[in-house]
Amino acid sequence: MAEPTRPADYWRANETLIRGLLVLWAGISLGAGILLAEPLNRFHLGSAPLGFWIAQQGSIFCFVAIIFYYAWRMDRLDRDFGIGE
Amino acid sequence: MSQYIQQLTPTVETWTYLFVTVTFFVYLAIGWSARVRETRGFFIAGQGIPSIANGAATAADWMSAASFISMAGMISFLGYDGAIYLMGWTGGYVLLALLLAPYLRKFGKYTVPDFVGDRYYSSTARVMAALAAIFISLTYVAGQMRGVGIVFSRFLGVDIASGVVVGMLIVGFFAVLGGMKGITWTQVAQYVVLITAFLVPAFALAWRLTGNPVPQLALAFSDILTDLNRLQVELGFNEYTRPFMNKTRLDVLCITLSLMVGTAGLPHVIVRFYTVPSVRAARYSAGWALLFIALLYTTAPALAVFARYNLLTTLNGKTALEVRSHEWVQKWETTGLLSFEDKNDDGRLSLLSDKDANEITIDNDIIVLSTPEVAGLAPWVTALVAAGGLAAALSTAAGLLLVISSSTAHDIYYRLINPKASEERRLWVGRLMILVALGVAGYCGVKPPGFVAQVVAFAFGLAAASFFPLLHLGISACCSP
Repeated sequence: MAEPTRPADYWRANETLIRGLLVLWAGISLGAGILLAEPLNRFHLGSAPLGFWIAQQGSIFCFVAIIFYYAWRMDRLDRDFGIGE
Repeated sequence: MSQYIQQLTPTVETWTYLFVTVTFFVYLAIGWSARVRETRGFFIAGQGIPSIANGAATAADWMSAASFISMAGMISFLGYDGAIYLMGWTGGYVLLALLLAPYLRKFGKYTVPDFVGDRYYSSTARVMAALAAIFISLTYVAGQMRGVGIVFSRFLGVDIASGVVVGMLIVGFFAVLGGMKGITWTQVAQYVVLITAFLVPAFALAWRLTGNPVPQLALAFSDILTDLNRLQVELGFNEYTRPFMNKTRLDVLCITLSLMVGTAGLPHVIVRFYTVPSVRAARYSAGWALLFIALLYTTAPALAVFARYNLLTTLNGKTALEVRSHEWVQKWETTGLLSFEDKNDDGRLSLLSDKDANEITIDNDIIVLSTPEVAGLAPWVTALVAAGGLAAALSTAAGLLLVISSSTAHDIYYRLINPKASEERRLWVGRLMILVALGVAGYCGVKPPGFVAQVVAFAFGLAAASFFPLLHLGISACCSP
């Protein structure tokens, strides 16, 4: 791999990752938690209506998972591109 | 307030004095051991805070008196629509972790206006950013000092002004001595106090009402939501879990989104990511911060449901005599936060959706403050809740004061007025500015200007509209000059 293209590749991989995770973030919170709350409430998790559960519990768990997943993937990206501090 | 104090058994009061005093001495001791002598330590804690510790400090910084005392109560009355606060005040961390924190940490420097001024090559932009940071933080901090005063008056019978002064002295001590370093390590301790104080009564209440001690599990895997929905309908309310009953769909969507973006743009939260040793630590630190915040933010909606169910079953349809046989009812009735009036003279109290016929009035703040008594816990748990409320208010106040100090002492004084200032002089100005800000905050806490309540909401809007786009564009736009 030619040396000059590497920072650009690194940045592109980072951007792709961020874009994907932000789509997931918006899809869960604004999509499933708000826009689709009524239809999702017809399903249940345990005894909690699903739309309600996502809006008040599930979305927050997902936010935490998204941030840790991003940090973990960036560790691998840093290692693959030999970027350290 | 004063009648309530007379109702308190001496034990609760003694426990509260004990807990508050002990935690205050812990904060003071940490502040003393973390004192600093150079600006790098004072403004960004020498960039030596481990990511988990920074996560805990960020969580304490972020969760204010309002999150601790009022949020569960607000959700309890909003039902599904309470999700605006839950998603709005947590979702912003995803934006922060993915779009801002690692890059601002990489840039280094001391403050958020530093980045703005350098990135946009403009000292006008730097000053504007500093002014926005000061404005946002001042409106916020006034509410925190007020919170300190209220906890003091409610639990200890000290008048609000004296409570505010005690709070100012404590914050002033560790913030002036230790700057960011002192504030950070104190916030770690304050996080431990506030989360314990929130979780202990919530676990006990979950155990009592559902037989499952973990509130998050009890919410989904017991019959409590089904029962609550049925009760609500019987009393003429809407089902608790039904969306958009208090706010329209568009309102819920827009408020949630603006709280998310505002959260990511608040300077006192962003600056916390300058204190970690590396870019990698900044990424993980955001995760730890949200995990620690989520412990409270996923418990609060469960607590909201338990409390609502409990209030409906204990109070509704009973005679005034039956209701007052509960000790906690008597206690909170004397504070005026809970009140009854048998409007139709049928001898029974009815909680109804119709405001004119409703005979039971409940203040939001009771939901959290009364849980220990409602769950039948020992008096020391009530004292723990008081210490937790104070920890939440003081930790947020400290973080905000530091932003005000760094914006004036570093961005305006050093970068603009006197660039030749020596290290010693800059540090001296930094400490002085904390004292000035503390004075203003204390004054607003004792005599809150009428506009504060509206302006706090405005602070979120301003953060969402100023810092978030400014920083995001500064980081991501490849081709600007």
